Amino acid sequence: MTVPPPPIEVRGLVKRYGELTAVDGVDLTVESGDVYGYLGPNGAGKTTSLRMMLGLIRPTAGTVRLFGRDPNANAAALDGVAGFVEAPTFYPYMSARRNLEMLAAFDGDDASERIGWALDTVELTGRAADRVGGFSHGMRQRLGIAAALLRSPKLLLLDEPATGLDPAGMRDMRLLIRRLADDGMTVLLSSHLLAEVEELCDRVAILRSGRIVYEGTIAALARGAGTVYRLASTDDERARAICTAQPGIGEPKDAHGRITFVGDEAAVAELSRSLVEAGVLIHELAPQSVTLEDLFFSLTEGDGAAPAAGPGSPATAQAAL
Amino acid sequence: MSTVAQRPEGAPALPTVSRRPGIWDVYRWELVKLRYQKRTYLGLGGAVLVPLLFVVAIQVQPMTHHHNDFAFSGYLTRSGLAMPLVILLFGAVWMFPLIVALVAGDIFASEDQNGTLKTVLTRSLERHQIFAGKALVAATYATVAILLDGTVAVVAGCLQSGFNSLQSLSGTIVSAPKALELVYVSLIVYLVPIAAIVCIGLLLSTLTRNSAAAVVGTLMISLLIQLLGVLPGLSGIQPYLLSTQFNAWQGFLRTPTDWAPIIQALWVCALYGVPALVAALLIFLRRDVAGG
Repeated sequence: MTVPPPPIEVRGLVKRYGELTAVDGVDLTVESGDVYGYLGPNGAGKTTSLRMMLGLIRPTAGTVRLFGRDPNANAAALDGVAGFVEAPTFYPYMSARRNLEMLAAFDGDDASERIGWALDTVELTGRAADRVGGFSHGMRQRLGIAAALLRSPKLLLLDEPATGLDPAGMRDMRLLIRRLADDGMTVLLSSHLLAEVEELCDRVAILRSGRIVYEGTIAALARGAGTVYRLASTDDERARAICTAQPGIGEPKDAHGRITFVGDEAAVAELSRSLVEAGVLIHELAPQSVTLEDLFFSLTEGDGAAPAAGPGSPATAQAAL
Repeated sequence: MSTVAQRPEGAPALPTVSRRPGIWDVYRWELVKLRYQKRTYLGLGGAVLVPLLFVVAIQVQPMTHHHNDFAFSGYLTRSGLAMPLVILLFGAVWMFPLIVALVAGDIFASEDQNGTLKTVLTRSLERHQIFAGKALVAATYATVAILLDGTVAVVAGCLQSGFNSLQSLSGTIVSAPKALELVYVSLIVYLVPIAAIVCIGLLLSTLTRNSAAAVVGTLMISLLIQLLGVLPGLSGIQPYLLSTQFNAWQGFLRTPTDWAPIIQALWVCALYGVPALVAALLIFLRRDVAGG
């Protein structure tokens, strides 16, 4: 029995615009049922990647396969695939329902029968007869989801779906995506809103300057970062020197009047003994949790060279401080 | 947005569309979109208004034999059927190319500017189907505009000067019913160079991705070709200019019918239109949709 191809399989994807390399050798596999976070700062290449996945732009090199099909070959490759890149766009002079009727006609099958359901799902039934030109940004985002749902997708690609929404709108959008995922949809969520990704996604890829610098689960990323400890003492200067000399303790850094470092439990126990023996009294020595935000910034900021960090990588752990 | 409504029954289990949309779906919805856009009515309004202005102008200052220095102008006050033919002569300069360009130049470029191209390209349609649907709508609009203009001119002209016989360009008298038939046949032949203008508009629309540039560019190309026709020393190229083909219909107004200009119009216009259309298609098929 053959294994069905994954919803998204990207290999060696490159997109160049003249001298600029927007996407630089991206490899990505999104398995069925994943809610996959595609993270990166502005300009990292997220939207360009999504455009290639949806067949809107052609890769300079590499391949994209959606359910095993090439989206640049023909429209059939997008069967069962829906989503939007950047803000969803509609014809402003037509009503929401008219826009959906047109898109349903362009989807074929029984998409038109799902218009009412899609409008209900995004709670736009009451505004269905209004021209889209008068819609707020949030309403357009929701209409974008409705337009995607018309296709009865198995795979949903969403580019920054919560951008521009107010807090309530963001919460509603998260709930909707969660419920769609629970309904069996595979979701690729491009975002720079880390809380959104942390709440929704099982796995993430972090993109920096067109390259993936981490790919895996958020839990593995956090594990790989090791435990970060916070130290406050009577003599921080001597404490820093002792930390530096202590085996198993990472390079200490200053953070808000405290010393932070990475270390395992045994090494930290030895460190506390060394501090006391050296006459440095400890005010505070406690582990602190590393958030996805810490990890994200550690992987996407700093000097130009993107580290090829993965779970367990010392580079990830140290950089997360 | 707090709950997901129950998914209707019948959704396909595999990601495969069994009943795919086609060119007809694009054509139908492009027509619907035209109904909502002001430029549609601007062009059609112009096509209706110009014959009416001609009638008013003749009413205010009736043409005398001093003004009959172009075909059928001397007949304007004697037969209303001269009106559409005179307008065909005048309209070729800029009016009809502009009306046609309003839709042909805008039909792709406006989608680029509004960012809606990516919305339709991520559905179940092939790019060539979208192109064909849009091109057919641009041609339909041009046809409607020309026929509407001609019909208004016939009605307004006949109300003003009567449904009377017409003198052909060969000097023979053509009965009113036969003249009416020749008017509509002329309008149809007039659509041949108009189709070439549509193709140029489509090319500029895909190439510039800017609605204003494509509309103005189409008009400018049309005017430039006409300018070439009046430049001294270039009379040799006149038979091959697009502007010359706008007079091909006059072959029907001769006795016997002169088919030579009509046949020439067919292949000369094809030389302008077909490469422009093919280039527009190739650009549309291959281009990256990165904006919007």
